[in-house]
Amino acid sequence: MTTESPAAPTRVPAIPAARSGTLARDLMSAEWTKIRSVRSTVWTLTLFVVISLGLTALFTWLTVSNWNGPRAGDRDARVLIDPVGFILGSGLFLGQLTICVLGVLVITSEYSTGTIRASLLAVPRRLEMLTAKTVVFAALLIVVAEIVAFGSFFIGSAILHTRVPVSLGDRNVTRAVVGTGLYLTVLGLFSLAIGSLIRHTAGAISAAIGAVLVLPILAGLLPGSWGAHINGYLPEQAGILIGQQHPPADGNVLSAWQGFGVFCVWTAVLLAVAAYLLQRRDA
Amino acid sequence: MIEVRDLTKRYGPKVAVDDLSFTVEPGRVTGFLGPNGAGKSTTMRLVLGLDHPSAGSATINGKPYHELSRPLRAVGALLEAKSVHGGRSARNHLRFLAQTQGLPRRRVDEVLGLVGLLDVASKRAHGFSLGMSQRLGIAAALLGDPEVLLLDEPVNGLDPEGVLWIRNLMKQLAAQGRTILVSSHLMNEMAVTADHLIVIGRGRLIIESSTEDVIARSTDKSVRVRSPEAERLAKLIEAAGGTAAAGDKAAAGMATFGRPTVFAASGAADASGPAPANGAGLLTVTGLDAARIGELAASAQIVLHELTPLASLEEAFMELTSGSLEFGRHEPDPVDGSAR
Repeated sequence: MTTESPAAPTRVPAIPAARSGTLARDLMSAEWTKIRSVRSTVWTLTLFVVISLGLTALFTWLTVSNWNGPRAGDRDARVLIDPVGFILGSGLFLGQLTICVLGVLVITSEYSTGTIRASLLAVPRRLEMLTAKTVVFAALLIVVAEIVAFGSFFIGSAILHTRVPVSLGDRNVTRAVVGTGLYLTVLGLFSLAIGSLIRHTAGAISAAIGAVLVLPILAGLLPGSWGAHINGYLPEQAGILIGQQHPPADGNVLSAWQGFGVFCVWTAVLLAVAAYLLQRRDA
Repeated sequence: MIEVRDLTKRYGPKVAVDDLSFTVEPGRVTGFLGPNGAGKSTTMRLVLGLDHPSAGSATINGKPYHELSRPLRAVGALLEAKSVHGGRSARNHLRFLAQTQGLPRRRVDEVLGLVGLLDVASKRAHGFSLGMSQRLGIAAALLGDPEVLLLDEPVNGLDPEGVLWIRNLMKQLAAQGRTILVSSHLMNEMAVTADHLIVIGRGRLIIESSTEDVIARSTDKSVRVRSPEAERLAKLIEAAGGTAAAGDKAAAGMATFGRPTVFAASGAADASGPAPANGAGLLTVTGLDAARIGELAASAQIVLHELTPLASLEEAFMELTSGSLEFGRHEPDPVDGSAR
């Protein structure tokens, strides 16, 4: 390494006093710098796009080429009822997991690398830091997720077209596509909240993915109508309703927007607890 | 100015910082000294608002840290543990910090130039040596041109040139009227860097005084004597009630106070002080002062080539902190190192 003889530290020129609103903008620029300057962001988002679009194309193509095939009746019937839900669900079921990972990493990587100390020294009012991070991450996600949701829909509907024509003008279709982007955005914030609560990457990723994939299975094991009711209010199960054109009547206790609202409440509560603990705990 | 009043931090039953009070004045380098686990890092984290005190308060220029707006413009800190994402470049690390303070973008390259990292500014930080990471930490601390600096073990991992660089930097910054608090567990380093010392042990204040004063309290004062008739002199010294040991204790971890040329970068570097040209004829005397030894030699007509009073800051420090160790339980203190 180079060893230069130290010059006298230079003075920063006086900077005009902060105008109102400037601090918020500065903190958001800083969070944007943090998010874009690590490779994990680029990699996870690339993986998200590739998995979501790739699997949508693969599953819709398999369905079309297997149409009326042996033992396909059930599935064909479901696709006929809700082609949009099928298209969007086929790729995003796995694609959404990369959003969970990214949401967790956005905050836990600060803890694992010690950046959190630098961040909190710069912004000791911790709520301001968390708010800026949440807003910037949400803004990034909503853009990427809507692009992927629409891309997924156009790819899937083009492939499915010969069997089940579906277009954005059909009833509830635009809502389902836009809603899928919203669902993924909120899922990212849900994961960010879990990351902030748990602070360890591996534990938080397990928890976030567990909440999405495992909780519904566990709830399904509950006896009688208990399972259906609890299941209906679980974060992922409630949230995903907005991505369906005609949610199947059986077992659904919520409408599309109600379900999305329930998911938002889950996320808001977790973020509130995360904010509270962020301020209470030693960094 | 940093003011710490009755500061206490408990981790469960463990008291890491125990009713600690001190003031760090501007315009000088204040050394924050204590053995590992004494609570130095915890105290700094409390001052910086990273940890919450169980009792008491710490203020910087009269305000708790979290009440400072754009705090990096008032306070710079280098903490012992690494605080950089390895996948992020040095420039981007400083850039996001600069953005939080509303600092102009060019300030980032200014401080990178200042610490000599401009060449590697766009390299990801995981490839940095410990020394380079320390320099990046210093750059972050200087980013906002702060009046107050807290540096936790800044010379850790630095090569000798780096140590000298930090030492001069701290002195320059203090000469500009800034408040500098620098922690270390190396007495020798502090002897040549700090003007004022705050010594703690087991979270408690042991002494807060000028560096000279702390050394003067050393109960084990020794004198280095060089003479062609060392053996005869040794017998006289022993007869007069002193103890004479052959060889140079300075080579075994002692600082020669008043001779700041002795290089004391780390435990290992201590031995690189001016080695005696030859060990023969060299005595380290304890129990008698230099004047008495000179008189003894004169009365026996023994020629002296050297007569240097030594004060062992290391031993002064051990003496000061040993009391604090006796009261505590003797398990190793996990607070300084692992409580993060």
